[in-house]
Amino acid sequence: MTKNKGDKQTIATTDTGISRRTAFKTAGVLAGAAAAGAAGAFAPGSIIRPASAHQGDGNNALRIGLQVHRTGIGAAYGKWYERTTNAAVKLINGHGGIGGRPIELIIEDDGTDPKRGAEVVEKFALQHKVDFIFGTLFSHVVNGSAPRAGELKVPYFVVSEGYHVASGSLNRYTFQPCITDVRSQIQGISSWVLGNLGKNVAMIYPDYAFGYNHRDFFGAAVAANGGTVTASLAIPPTESSYTKFFAKIPSNTDLIYHVMVGPGVLTFVKEMGEHFGSNRPELFGFMDSLEAVDMANPGLDYLEGSHFWEAMPRYAASQNTIGANFYRSKVGVDENGASVDDSKDIATFSHMFGCWETLYAIKQAVEDSGYRDNTAKDKEALIETLENTRWYNEGIEHPQGHKAFNGKLHQCFGSQYISKVNGGKLELVHTTSIEDGLYEPEADYTKMSL
Amino acid sequence: MTAGKTGRIIVLHLAVIAALFAAQYFLPAYHHGNVARILVLASFAVGYNLLLGYTGLLSLGHAMFFAAGMYGAGLPLYYFDIGVIPAFGLGLLASLALAFCFGLLALRTSGVAFLIVTLMFAQAFFLATLYFNEITLGDQGFVLSEQARTLNLGGVGFSFADPTVKYNAALLLFACCMLGCLALVRSPIGRVWMAIRENEPRTRMLGYDSYRYKLLALVLSGVMSGAAGAGYALLFAYVGSTFASIQYSIFALLWALLGGVGTVLGPLVGAGLMFYLVDIAGDFTSSYLLVVGVVLVVLILWYPKGLLGSLRERWLPWLP
Amino acid sequence: MDFGPHLFLALLEGTVSAFVLAVTALGLSLVFGVMRVVNVAHGEFYMLGAVLAWWLTTLLAGSPAIGFGVALIIAPLIVGAFALAADWLILRRIDYHPESTIVATIGLLYIIQQLVLTFYGPDARPVEPPLYFRVSFPWFGYSGYKLIVVGASALLLLGVWLAMARTKFGLYMRATQQNQEMAQAFGVPVRRVYAIVFALGAMLAAAAGVLVVPIQQAHYLMGLDPLLLSFIVVIVGGLGSLRGTVVAAFVIGLSDGVISVFFSPTLAKIIATLFVAMVLVYRPSGLFGQPEEEA
Repeated sequence: MTKNKGDKQTIATTDTGISRRTAFKTAGVLAGAAAAGAAGAFAPGSIIRPASAHQGDGNNALRIGLQVHRTGIGAAYGKWYERTTNAAVKLINGHGGIGGRPIELIIEDDGTDPKRGAEVVEKFALQHKVDFIFGTLFSHVVNGSAPRAGELKVPYFVVSEGYHVASGSLNRYTFQPCITDVRSQIQGISSWVLGNLGKNVAMIYPDYAFGYNHRDFFGAAVAANGGTVTASLAIPPTESSYTKFFAKIPSNTDLIYHVMVGPGVLTFVKEMGEHFGSNRPELFGFMDSLEAVDMANPGLDYLEGSHFWEAMPRYAASQNTIGANFYRSKVGVDENGASVDDSKDIATFSHMFGCWETLYAIKQAVEDSGYRDNTAKDKEALIETLENTRWYNEGIEHPQGHKAFNGKLHQCFGSQYISKVNGGKLELVHTTSIEDGLYEPEADYTKMSL
Repeated sequence: MTAGKTGRIIVLHLAVIAALFAAQYFLPAYHHGNVARILVLASFAVGYNLLLGYTGLLSLGHAMFFAAGMYGAGLPLYYFDIGVIPAFGLGLLASLALAFCFGLLALRTSGVAFLIVTLMFAQAFFLATLYFNEITLGDQGFVLSEQARTLNLGGVGFSFADPTVKYNAALLLFACCMLGCLALVRSPIGRVWMAIRENEPRTRMLGYDSYRYKLLALVLSGVMSGAAGAGYALLFAYVGSTFASIQYSIFALLWALLGGVGTVLGPLVGAGLMFYLVDIAGDFTSSYLLVVGVVLVVLILWYPKGLLGSLRERWLPWLP
Repeated sequence: MDFGPHLFLALLEGTVSAFVLAVTALGLSLVFGVMRVVNVAHGEFYMLGAVLAWWLTTLLAGSPAIGFGVALIIAPLIVGAFALAADWLILRRIDYHPESTIVATIGLLYIIQQLVLTFYGPDARPVEPPLYFRVSFPWFGYSGYKLIVVGASALLLLGVWLAMARTKFGLYMRATQQNQEMAQAFGVPVRRVYAIVFALGAMLAAAAGVLVVPIQQAHYLMGLDPLLLSFIVVIVGGLGSLRGTVVAAFVIGLSDGVISVFFSPTLAKIIATLFVAMVLVYRPSGLFGQPEEEA
């Protein structure tokens, strides 16, 4: 048995492992690769960027923290939340800021993770020493983060459409002033949907917080409108193929109500098309399924003629108001809901307006309450001012539409939009009134102490 | 083991705890809160390390024990407001029962089969928290009120929302886990574990019932992880399915390996390092995952046995 | 839908996912079996295959079929080169020590994910299938492309089997897998085998990613699930047995589909998961593995 001379090194390590020189070399190559990647001029967006995106004038600035999903499952939304926020801050600062004070925006990534979200809240409050925090979207992150904001007594503005704030389970520092919650959304659209599309409904939703809201609230609406739920399918989060679920839908179903979120949406629609073919029930979906997804995708032509809920119509033709058009031009979205720089980069148009409007709501509250500093007295004034707010009027500050604000629930109520897919685009067919979406309040934050 | 060595060891570990205790008076508010978190997470990693580092069983399912403790404490507190100590006790009980039953089944396997069995059971547990969402509130989770998290001792209320209470409770949890681990690994039981890690068949030949020792290791590891989970719920007020997901099993593994598997203090080093790595990298770049990944690779190239493991190998052979 | 057709549909779906899983898991089986290391970044190679397929088909926007064909060849090659680099830079220098490899490949996972997030973005993007046609069964329609995936996967599996059984390199691989020290003593260039096996494993994962991307979409987080499933398949099949890996892929792929006919999705997943665990509890070396030798 001869040893192969070509292989000089034996498998067993020497005691001291690799030499320092080798480690340096390797580290150098890796660091080089990392730096190349990080500094790549052709990389979208700025990569090396300090947390503070807008430098204010040291003492006078109002420090606002944006808790954003830059990585993780919410990253597609986070990207647009950040863009919208930057546009709003630039505009507000360009017009003198809030009560004469510029906004200093500080951005932190929470990785769409509740544990990290809570850690980031602490960082905002204790290290960055912000006045307010806003921008969280995913419900589980809100639930993980909001308690800490309450403990640290930092006003925390949620841009989430979850039912958490209005349910009363959070704290008096938490508000959702400029995006409606899912319960209200479902309430608002259900009678139109059940009246126009069908009463025997199969529901498909993710096996997730957000999905349960739909299951519970729409299920109740179906019963209240004299319909039946023919199937209720909760899809596990890791599922990437849906064909076998369509098979569970009985043939007497007139309407499929679908709320699929996540990267599997296109697969979902394609497989739905493959399964049902031309003989299909009516379809009603929530725009959450197609945020950041191009309606013109070949796989989506199956949706032609179906209906969607939108919080804010993606296609400019459906909402030709001064406010909406101005907002669109400032955040860089064209008339098809795509980025003006890249027509394939579709915006999360039914959510991101919440960031714009929330900043203006904060501006209004600060200016009306006389908030100056991070003191208990000023915060109390701010919170009471917010709780006494009744309306946000449609305009360039609130382009999505009029909103009523319920001070006890810390939640706003607004219009919902129902659109039909026509020729690969969405056309508005119905706008709900604010009253359509009202429900019996189940909480009263004003009774809690600060 | 000479008496001198034992003395050195005990002094070192007590000094670590004393230093952590003293630190709360010097740390700025932000880091004060961070350390409390790191201590709870490190307790999880210490529990994990008991099984991996000392008994040699690699598990990818410890998130289920952490989550069992978390739900075990959180659910009764949320629905029945039973009080902090009973809730913590129930959390311990839940993770103990789970670890025991699981061990009876899973310890029929070893090595890679054991790895997958832990992974599968943890996945099933995670899915169960979603399936029974009527009770657990699934992925969204639920928030524990401050009032529910207030410990009443002799008329004085200690609220876990208070930073001082939080820090010291976390420190107490960590001290118990860490000192417990230290005592165990230096005891005869610990020596049998290490014998099993090195060569199980030979240990059996020497007359030890390795199955019983492994079960003990698994149960203690599970209870420690569960204690950390219950602690997390009490201190940080949030319970949700996320903590039962695979990434939390990977975190425990990562913290233990990075800090030094088979060392008592390694998990603390690993948990702290990862926390600050993410935190500081995020200050400089939005691509912080890249930085974290590169640092991990570089660190493991330099310190293949983990930071404390390599330290022990080169300079401090007496480090337990 | 009636029970019979429903079951048939579930079996079809199960077959497609089983084949894709078999190809992905085969890559891991080679790496795990021959090198005895846990590559936590294996799923990321799969994801890279899908993302590169998107990039290449977008570059060659002319004909989906040509673009896809090019992607099926080029993407695995690129990923294989990347894997070779990772092996040379990292794994070789920690001497394939199992625990260090875990940490190193976790680091690699973060690096790959962040690079893809930065350059490709957080969105899920579709890729057109090279051929699109709908197969009409009496009870439901089915994607023709999925059947193509089955065929392509089968070819890949066959190719790997032939390479293992008939070529010299396959011999080297099997020798190293059985007894690495003995193989080295016999003159097998073990280090080189390791490097090539690692690249080969990555290439198979990438190929599976390319095949799957017209069905799903390319998304930077899509690698985690295939990683977990591949691991399960490799262990349940039995370490060191490629046949076991393929059989296990089918058992798991099909059972998942069939069980979901009878139960709600999440409950079906729980049951399938526990089923796999119990298989291992009662047969720890997997379906086709050799029982561990007593030292």
